[in-house]
Amino acid sequence: MNWTALDSWIVLAGVLSAVCCALPGTFLVLRRMSLMGDAISHAVLPGLAAAFLLTGSRASLPMFIGAALVGLLTALFTQALARHGAVEESAAMGVVFTSLFALGLLMVVRAADTVDLDPSCVLYGALELTPLDTVRLGALRVPRVVPVLGGVLAVNVLVLALFYKEFKVSSFDPELATTLGYPAAFLHYLLMTLVAITAVACFESVGSILVIAMLVVPGATALLLADRLYAVLAIALLAAVASAVLGHVAAIVVPGWWGLDDTSTSGMMTVVGGLLFLGALVFSPRHGMLSRWYRRSVLALRILEEDVLGLLYRLEEWRADQEGSAALLRRALPARRWMRWLAVVRLRRRGAVHWQGAALRLLEPGRHAARSLIRSHRLWELYLYRHIAIPADHVHASAERLEHVTGAALRHELTETLASARRDPQGREIPDES
Amino acid sequence: MVGAGACGEVPMLWTNRDRAAALPTPVPADGRADGREHPSNAPLSIHDMTVAYHHKPVLWDIDYNAVEGALIGIVGPNGAGKSTLIKAVLDLVPRASGRVRIFGKPYARQRHRVGYMPQRESVDWDFPVSALDVVTMGRYGQIGWCRPVTRRHRHAALEALDRVGLADLAGRQIRQLSGGQQQRVFLARALAQEASIYFMDEPFAGVDAATEKAIIALLQDLRRAGRTIVAVHHDLQTVTDYFDHVLLLNMRIVAAGPTREVFTPENLQKTYGGKLTLLDKAAEALAQADAP
Repeated sequence: MNWTALDSWIVLAGVLSAVCCALPGTFLVLRRMSLMGDAISHAVLPGLAAAFLLTGSRASLPMFIGAALVGLLTALFTQALARHGAVEESAAMGVVFTSLFALGLLMVVRAADTVDLDPSCVLYGALELTPLDTVRLGALRVPRVVPVLGGVLAVNVLVLALFYKEFKVSSFDPELATTLGYPAAFLHYLLMTLVAITAVACFESVGSILVIAMLVVPGATALLLADRLYAVLAIALLAAVASAVLGHVAAIVVPGWWGLDDTSTSGMMTVVGGLLFLGALVFSPRHGMLSRWYRRSVLALRILEEDVLGLLYRLEEWRADQEGSAALLRRALPARRWMRWLAVVRLRRRGAVHWQGAALRLLEPGRHAARSLIRSHRLWELYLYRHIAIPADHVHASAERLEHVTGAALRHELTETLASARRDPQGREIPDES
Repeated sequence: MVGAGACGEVPMLWTNRDRAAALPTPVPADGRADGREHPSNAPLSIHDMTVAYHHKPVLWDIDYNAVEGALIGIVGPNGAGKSTLIKAVLDLVPRASGRVRIFGKPYARQRHRVGYMPQRESVDWDFPVSALDVVTMGRYGQIGWCRPVTRRHRHAALEALDRVGLADLAGRQIRQLSGGQQQRVFLARALAQEASIYFMDEPFAGVDAATEKAIIALLQDLRRAGRTIVAVHHDLQTVTDYFDHVLLLNMRIVAAGPTREVFTPENLQKTYGGKLTLLDKAAEALAQADAP
């Protein structure tokens, strides 16, 4: 890899765009209006194109403001259409931003004859080209996008820091916020303004489509990993920085594996962001698929162990020295083979069962636990039969589930409710509390 | 809308005179309440308020004065406008006409004296905040724009959580609370507002019997401390036990006053009777006139 000053500038511009987008973007995700970012980032195009046609340059401040205003108009038009035009809100948004975007695209195609502007840059941006367009900043020549993105980032940080608690309450409970004197509508449009200026600033470097990913993906990733607002924001920023840096590195390195040239940095930033999201989706400690699978498996294993104990207890009831066997377990307890094996191994290690050869029988600690389980089961059957009037031949399945979540306290309540219950609806004896 | 369809027999329109008689505080019997007659110290005074959604009135001609230090239940069938009444008072939905005063002044100048507890379903419980964070939001009104939350406010929030018995769950993310606990977090947030009048939208919705008892005990404590509570309530069985005043609502105020005088079978029949009144027909006509 051949890292030059150019690469550093590209990465800096990428990091600035990603961080710039992640801040208001996280709030969009929190407010369940991620698509508004989509709409606004598309709708700034006619504003930009109009300014292009009028001034013939890309660097003017009026153009910046004009484009941001058009972006903000998207939010206003959508609200107005939804409220007064009897159009459903997402449909209204779809109509407004596609119309504005199409208008902008037509203008860009028109302008392309006279100004140097590439419609494909509009979609994907040209992060790699940004270092070529420089301005003088003191003694230093820096890419023009750096002070622009830096300025917008400063505005985003300032506004969100200043109104942190206001955005927090109005995102969570807009009605309460309004009654407390923080009008939800004002804060909504303040956020939309941030999104609009962010979209305009990032438009050039990452294009109108990738802006959406940068607005939404870091926040969505962070929400999988944290459950406090400040932590969500911190993780979103980290994810944004990581996707920018790793994205550029990957854009240089990865195509080389197949003997290809560098690919688009902004595209690769988005891919890396998507991979980070995927990682969070799978590995997040609380909401991740892996941890959910693990928690479910642990629960399934506990239930299976209890079922083994219950089965052995019923066998003993049937005939005092009746032993269980692997074949019997297989028939009575449908589960994966290794799960069944693991359940028995764990029971043996706890000293709950004796397992030798094919034979399996309860030891005293296991019998103790099994008695409580069977007691819960039969109390529930009786309760369902007596108090909920479920027929005696229908209560088993429900009791089978309830027995695994019934602790001593709940069992005590059941006992109180079912005064002096000796037998379950099928006439089997309810064992005493052990 | 309740009762749409049956229009054979139209009960007599509720007149201003009748309503004035039912009001808890004396209002001139001729009902020409033009504001001067509304007692300036009433915690809540609504004068001739009408609220409409898409040109269809959902609340007609509401005149009401709340008694200070009362626990007031708003009772009525689904679609009667109970939540809308609260939201219109709090400027959350626009009023088509009429005027609202909180302790004699417009609501916008009295926010600090008003607490609000919305319905539990109105928010996203997956939001990344802890129980304490949510209760602390009740203090935001006192903190003011752009000022940070200080330790004093967090402490007050923790005290409010303690009053609803959830102090040890302060650090929990709110999705990990049971429905009853979530409801108590909302109640604690209202308490943290330290208001003089509270508006609560179904504070007992979806809670178990024990939680309901705990909540009503807290509300009665508040009332004893001189606060006024206006709560939307669904369970007719418990109205007489819980509330000393009721406001029977079905698009208009059917009756309002001390529970033992107003909560009568006849008034309930009028509230839940399911007969179309001329007002219902007029509302329908207004909506139709606007339709394409």
